[in-house]
Amino acid sequence: MLQYTTRRLILSVPTLLFISLVIFLLLELAPGDPMAQVPLTVPDEVKQRMREALGLGEPMPVRFGKWLWQFFVVEPLYLFDLTFGTSFAEGQQRVISWQTRSPVMDIVAQRMPQTLWVVGTAYIVAILIALPIGIYSAYRQYSWFDQAGTFVTMVGFSVPPFFSGVLVIVIFSVQLGWFPSIYDTTHKVTDWESFVVQLQQMIMPVMVLALQITSQLSRFMRASMLDNLNQDYVRTARAKGLGEKTVVLVHVLRNSMIPVVTVIALGIPSIFGGAIITEQVFKVNGIGQLLITAIQANDLPMVQTLTFVFAILIVLFNLIADILYGILDPRIRYD
Amino acid sequence: MTDPHVQSPLVEERAPDPQGVREAENADQPPRSQWWDVWDQFKHHSGAFWGMVVFFTIIFLVVVGPLLYWNDATFVPTGRAFLELRDMRPIYTVLWEVEPKVSWAHPLGTDNLGRDTLARLLSGGQVSIAVGLAAMVVSIVIGTLVGVLAGYIRWLDGPLMRLTDLFLALPLLPLLLVAVLLFRDPLSSALGPEGGTFILIVTLVGITSWMQTARIVRGDVLALKEREFVLAARSIGTSNTRMITRHILPNVLSPIMVSATLGIATAIITESALSFLGFGFPPDFPTWGKLLFDSVDRMVQYPERVIWPGLLISLTVLSVNYIGDGLRDALDPRIRGR
Amino acid sequence: MKLKSALLGAATAVAFAPMAFAERGSDGEVKIIYWQAPSILNPYLSGGTKDIESASLVVEPLARYDETGTLVPWLVDSIPTVENGGVSEDLTTITWNITPGLVWSDGTAFTSADVLFTHEYCTHPEGGCAQLTKFEGVASVEAPDDLTVVVTFEGPTPNPYGPFVGGESPILQAAQFADCLGARAPECTDANFNPIGTGPFTVTEFKPNDVITMAANDNYRDPAKPAFATVTFKGGGDATAAGRSVMETGEFDYAWNLQLAPDVIAGMEAAGKGTPVAGFGPLVERIMINQTNPDPALGPDERAVVKPHPIFQDVRVVQAMSLAIDRPLLVEVGYGQAGRVTCNWVPAPAIYSSEALSCDTQDMDAAKALLAEAGWADSDGDGVLDKDGVKFSILYQTSTNAVRQDFQALIKQWWEELGIEVELRNLDASVFFGGDPGSPDTFQKFYADVQMYANTFNGTDPQAYLGNMLCSKIPSPASQWQGENISRWCSDEYEVLYEELTQTADINERSRIARELNDMAVTGGAMIPLVHRGRISAHANSLGGVKLNVWDSEIWNAADWFRIDE
Repeated sequence: MLQYTTRRLILSVPTLLFISLVIFLLLELAPGDPMAQVPLTVPDEVKQRMREALGLGEPMPVRFGKWLWQFFVVEPLYLFDLTFGTSFAEGQQRVISWQTRSPVMDIVAQRMPQTLWVVGTAYIVAILIALPIGIYSAYRQYSWFDQAGTFVTMVGFSVPPFFSGVLVIVIFSVQLGWFPSIYDTTHKVTDWESFVVQLQQMIMPVMVLALQITSQLSRFMRASMLDNLNQDYVRTARAKGLGEKTVVLVHVLRNSMIPVVTVIALGIPSIFGGAIITEQVFKVNGIGQLLITAIQANDLPMVQTLTFVFAILIVLFNLIADILYGILDPRIRYD
Repeated sequence: MTDPHVQSPLVEERAPDPQGVREAENADQPPRSQWWDVWDQFKHHSGAFWGMVVFFTIIFLVVVGPLLYWNDATFVPTGRAFLELRDMRPIYTVLWEVEPKVSWAHPLGTDNLGRDTLARLLSGGQVSIAVGLAAMVVSIVIGTLVGVLAGYIRWLDGPLMRLTDLFLALPLLPLLLVAVLLFRDPLSSALGPEGGTFILIVTLVGITSWMQTARIVRGDVLALKEREFVLAARSIGTSNTRMITRHILPNVLSPIMVSATLGIATAIITESALSFLGFGFPPDFPTWGKLLFDSVDRMVQYPERVIWPGLLISLTVLSVNYIGDGLRDALDPRIRGR
Repeated sequence: MKLKSALLGAATAVAFAPMAFAERGSDGEVKIIYWQAPSILNPYLSGGTKDIESASLVVEPLARYDETGTLVPWLVDSIPTVENGGVSEDLTTITWNITPGLVWSDGTAFTSADVLFTHEYCTHPEGGCAQLTKFEGVASVEAPDDLTVVVTFEGPTPNPYGPFVGGESPILQAAQFADCLGARAPECTDANFNPIGTGPFTVTEFKPNDVITMAANDNYRDPAKPAFATVTFKGGGDATAAGRSVMETGEFDYAWNLQLAPDVIAGMEAAGKGTPVAGFGPLVERIMINQTNPDPALGPDERAVVKPHPIFQDVRVVQAMSLAIDRPLLVEVGYGQAGRVTCNWVPAPAIYSSEALSCDTQDMDAAKALLAEAGWADSDGDGVLDKDGVKFSILYQTSTNAVRQDFQALIKQWWEELGIEVELRNLDASVFFGGDPGSPDTFQKFYADVQMYANTFNGTDPQAYLGNMLCSKIPSPASQWQGENISRWCSDEYEVLYEELTQTADINERSRIARELNDMAVTGGAMIPLVHRGRISAHANSLGGVKLNVWDSEIWNAADWFRIDE
């Protein structure tokens, strides 16, 4: 296992390099222009000068090389400096966003808290709700609980967040006036009262996001439990007199977890990736909103860096999922 | 829901590999196709039955409806008629509103340009359902193929899963823009503007949403591969192809079914997102996702404009989900007969 | 606070008077929402409206336009003119006299050196300054003393109010930006995010593309202003949400640029918490007519480059298409009080706006007659006009935007009634308005027969804008598809008259020539103007002093805003 993990980790370096190259080429190829948001009143010659000032005049391999150097050498050095007060990165150009002309990583660090708060909470809430629903629905298949669960989750999943988000805003902000419709990213939790305010502004985005994740997870949980509930080993377990609780929650659950672990592991990188539409609707302005505005403004260094960080997380969490498979089902061998 | 004829799983003493056994049993009798058994089981599954009814009703409506219905989906009234015909309410609003602007000529009302809502829902449904189903099939086929191959054939696992990682990491929007740039014109010159657009949308939605299925299927296959019945099958010399189609695939059907139903909803919504990127169907061409998106701004004044497309999307997804449930139960020999 | 409420009690009779008595910072917090989030507070590094307007709360120009489009002195004593001797008789120099005693928000004196530096900053060859056009034709900027700035132009300049005028060209503090010249501009993150200014507010915290928090400037020149102690400037989301937060939930005080259908805005206003306000600049929504052939069968060097267009070479065709459009209806459907019918390319300011053309009634019969006269008839009975084997079938493209798609649907219907086959296409704005020469979908490439978008000009002088229709500005592969003459229309007569405009100083003469140029381009079939678009914003009913300005930064007078107590 350890050997497998180490090998995978080492192999992931060329994988990631390849992914970063593909992302870079993709962004190069994509139509669009960092000057798209500059008003039409600015003449084309001026826009051309602005492009050159951004470094767009340089050939593609040079820019890719520069980005690699900045991302893998300068940024870690900068982080090192920040932690230990040294000055290795002094004078080195960091990865600079074209929109803001400021280091990309600073903005990412600024955005991370609200994304983690909102999307992370939604994720945890969703897992906590989805697993019991899925387990119980499967255990009592076709009971009224299962039917109601199916109905709610399917409707919940087929309603897109651009609609459900606005719907909860109209109900809870406009009509009832309970919660703010705009998330205040400058709000700081210092005491109980400010914590309540934070909860109030989080409740709607968390609700909308959690609905989607719950729907998805609980369906997979239910399906997988159903597959296992009729297996021979369950009969054996019951036959040897184990309690129903032990049979279902230990034996069946453990064997049903593989697809669910996959879905959860795939979802964790997206916690850091943010939720584009939900963040836009509630103005949470986290990583998702950062990515979408960067794409719209064709801020290539920003998009490249964000998607690459995202790629690292995906590779990492897929590795973790693979390791979890081995723990859940020791028969799965890696060699 | 289902009436339990034989409520005892204990009676079922079949190996998890029913088809092989069945074939051996029936070797010298005229074979009763296993699909016949599946259908027998399926039609007794009441959820699946009603799912079928609803699903085929919707398909019938969107296919035949525009031919029978008297209003055209893209017609915009002009001149004086415009002001009279725009922003009509559905006919049922007479029940609670005082003198609403309604007319039997437009049973579900009209939009802000005077286009008939029912006509738009009907013709929008053709595209949404076609795109939803086709894209779902593309994504499920790719996802299952990649997942099974990666899980079953060890030397393919690494490359295929890294490919999956790559696709998961790619930013969707630039990817779509590049695809449009490269393929829109060649496709529309080869297949005509509408056919080209359809293929492009289906392929795009399909190839950007198979990754989750692939990972789930692979995880399941990894576990299945080590099970006794696979060992047993292998020991009697079952070929790899047969092993996959007969023994592995039927056992990973549940997560595939779930992915499929969830995939339809995603495809219908993604289609509407694609049309904003400047390709897909022309802007005056309605689809459910687009109707829903365009009406969100006015959902307080005209709730019917969001309720109907939303309801239709949900109903389609729900009915497919129940059909999938029934199919899964019917295909699972351990449950069959319950 | 007590003092203020006492004063307010005394002044209840004159509801709008209390601001005169108010003290700085007495009204607490004002919350502004822009659905496009500001990404930088240095207008020279970004041409975006959102960035220029958010920065206008902090940094200021020497003079700016007020809500009527009149130039008003801001950091100077008076507007230099030929009459008061501020502008030389030969129109080559302009002399600005800075108001004595002005200080930056850090307490240091505001001098002519700062103005000089600003010029140097923007014109640095490696800087990529977005406002370079403001300094076009400037030969030198000199500072004879601490409070005098003399700008010398290369030639006679009838409109010398380019440099240091308007929100696009504010004064930066020399001390703060001294190390940020040229290629080093992006390294100065702190300065770009937190510029020191002379404006009513100073930046407390800047979160790019998210939120700016500001506080009243302690050193602001008017000791009673601003009335608000802090500003929260939130960005992001969409126009609907911004409008809702002001007019329906009352969470915010001011929402910028609500590009929404009139019935949506009316629905929000009905909630009673805020009021929409509209203002009209020279922004025109128009349909550009491609004068070149966009046939996909042509190679990349010829498509949308070679003339003529197979259909639009006859001006009568374009006139017929224009006659078929019901402009009052478009205004009502798309813009409501934020739109007016226009037939002009230059609809404002009034002295430059032509009155020669009229187009406010739809006339289908006249349109059909014109087409018949031009030789278009449905000879094969397929419902589509044709002439000499050419079918009247066109591709009509625009950017993705709810109102534009409604317009497309309506206009398509009208044109189809004439027998024109119309295919619609909408493109993502970041691609359509982006200048990527590799993309076939940019508005400059114009791979369509007609396309719809809006354009405008800064300030009140249309000369540069009228220059967009010159032959030399036609985009082509040779120019990397850069150029402002999007419809590729051009004529010798127009060139001659434009040359005359650049030489003319007399305002009445300029007005005559500009109107004539406008008429020439419109009747010549270069475009079909549709709607003179206003800017619509909304403010909370409790926010007083808002004067929507479309000629400069919209929130130009935030120093005068105050809270109306209910």
